[in-house]
Amino acid sequence: MAMTDEEKIEAYRLMMTVRRFEERCAQLYSEGDIGGFLHLYIGQEAIAAALRFAVPEDDNVITAYRDHGVAIARGLPIEKLMAEMLGKVTGVSKGKGGSMHLADVDRRYWGGYAVVGGHLPLAAGLALADQYRGDDRITVCLMGDGSTNIGYFHEALNLAGVWDLPVVWVIENNEYGMGTSVSRASANPDLSARATAYGMPGKKVDGDDVQATYDAMAEAVEHVRSGNGPILLEAMTYRFRGHSMGDPERYREKDEVSKQEEQDPIKLWGNHLINEGVVNSDRLDEIEKGAEKAVDEAVRFARESPLPSPEELYTDVYV
Amino acid sequence: MSTFSPTVIHSEKEYTGETDRKSVRQAISDALWEEMERDENVFIMGEEVGVWGGTYAVTRGFYDHFGERRVRDTPISEMVIVGAAVGAAMNGLRPIAEIMTINFAFVAFDAIVNHAAKVRYMFGGQFTVPLVIRTTTGGGRQLGATHSHSPEALFAHFPGLYVVTPSTPFDAKGLLLSAIRDDNPVLFVEHSTLYQNRGLVPTVDYVVPLGKADIKREGSDVTIVTYAKMVEIALDAAERLQDEEGISAEVIDLRSLRPLDLDPVLESFKKTNRCVVVEEGHPFASVSGEIAARIQDEAFDWMDAPVKRVNQEDVPLPYSRELEQSALPNADKVIAAVKEIM
Repeated sequence: MAMTDEEKIEAYRLMMTVRRFEERCAQLYSEGDIGGFLHLYIGQEAIAAALRFAVPEDDNVITAYRDHGVAIARGLPIEKLMAEMLGKVTGVSKGKGGSMHLADVDRRYWGGYAVVGGHLPLAAGLALADQYRGDDRITVCLMGDGSTNIGYFHEALNLAGVWDLPVVWVIENNEYGMGTSVSRASANPDLSARATAYGMPGKKVDGDDVQATYDAMAEAVEHVRSGNGPILLEAMTYRFRGHSMGDPERYREKDEVSKQEEQDPIKLWGNHLINEGVVNSDRLDEIEKGAEKAVDEAVRFARESPLPSPEELYTDVYV
Repeated sequence: MSTFSPTVIHSEKEYTGETDRKSVRQAISDALWEEMERDENVFIMGEEVGVWGGTYAVTRGFYDHFGERRVRDTPISEMVIVGAAVGAAMNGLRPIAEIMTINFAFVAFDAIVNHAAKVRYMFGGQFTVPLVIRTTTGGGRQLGATHSHSPEALFAHFPGLYVVTPSTPFDAKGLLLSAIRDDNPVLFVEHSTLYQNRGLVPTVDYVVPLGKADIKREGSDVTIVTYAKMVEIALDAAERLQDEEGISAEVIDLRSLRPLDLDPVLESFKKTNRCVVVEEGHPFASVSGEIAARIQDEAFDWMDAPVKRVNQEDVPLPYSRELEQSALPNADKVIAAVKEIM
């Protein structure tokens, strides 16, 4: 189950693409081109990279509203994602979803969901349908640490446990649910320990380490696909930006953030690849430039795309 | 899936073929059973639907016949009952999720409103949600304030969700079959005191289309618009109005609150020029308020009197029998409302 050298390089390219995509989104938001809420994935890219290679394309993936990185990892074209950000009809959700509601059913990426924890039951249902038909497909459900304290978490993980639903539950623990730290929000801040309550294994992994996260995720996928029921994985990470744009970040010191930024998962992975002799630094620079160019191209496509026609208001609501 | 070529019947009045006499309970049970026999993708999940046989005995015998894969007992977890059913529907199945009573649907409100009703639109039509949520409604059984709601209007507020509420065995079976076969999410609301009511049900395969009102009694002096349990009360009032006052009342059963079939209401109103709306739920932000607003907007020139509303009193329902009954609509209140505008 090891990653090939090519996959390792692609993982780096993916992370860099996510980073540049998010930075550009932040810029477009500040300039008023992107509306609504915008939750950036910056700092959590290693999890998206691991997901890309540990979870086969035919499996289901579903996540919360911090969904850009996951969408890119599932292969959604960044120009269509950027078009969605700008509310264009060429966007993945035809401009009706926005940043928090990206989906591509052809890629079995069932979307980002904006009510905290609301997608956890949906994940259970996606998995139920495959189990019901006797398919060996599994569902990977990502969520933030904040969603572990809403009732949905309890009901969905319990049902998955009772019915042996094929779900890999992945908590992306970035230490804060909005501005409230895990330790201030959770009576037991060891979130993976909750698995015990639902009769499933729980594991914790360094979510800033691509290799470790890939290994844990691939093992979890294998565990679930083999018919052992669900599993809970807690990936420890950190978001470098605010909860969303416009977060005053009164709940943490600037020092805390800069200290974390020294452990930037992209830098860590790049250095790892150089040390392993997989690439040299010139190659990484090249990849970075390529990512920038791809994002430029995505913005150009989005800007040139048409807005939804007025008739779109009344389509897609009843069959 | 075996072939199913049902006759489409809009109204019991049109049907002249062979019938059986059945209760609402049996009619609903038959619809579920037949559709599960026809379509492997249809399954039932909810609290006590399996081993228990359903708390209103609608799914009695299903567990033994279809097995635990297709008749799934859940924990007491309304949020995940609805949410998981939505997910399964997105991923190709046709779930029937049972919420024991509509009072517990409040616990699942987010899953119903934000997910069942919205996901298709929100993702630009990438998938459908062919889901039926069956639930029971209504007061009058001394269950106290939390277990006696009639909040259909609340759920009918949201585009994306159908809200269907039958009043007869004929409609219950035909509408439920349509609901299961529809690609939209449907909240199918059964009145808990109607289950024992008997009526004629066709022996042939048939469906009643969703979103169509039905004239349950023809009349020429006043239009009474209503649904579910209140149809019975309105018909009782109409008979008494005829006998005691010589007033001819037309009774329209909405059957579906969303989509709302206003045309027969307007047509009737243009004939009678008077309307009383009877609804078991509270008057504020209600179905009756909606009907009244639409009539004044779309048939103002035909109005001879204000639209009157008979609703549940604007208080939580009490336990004590007489007190509870006094808070609910009844035939006397309907008659009084009609007489006020004649």
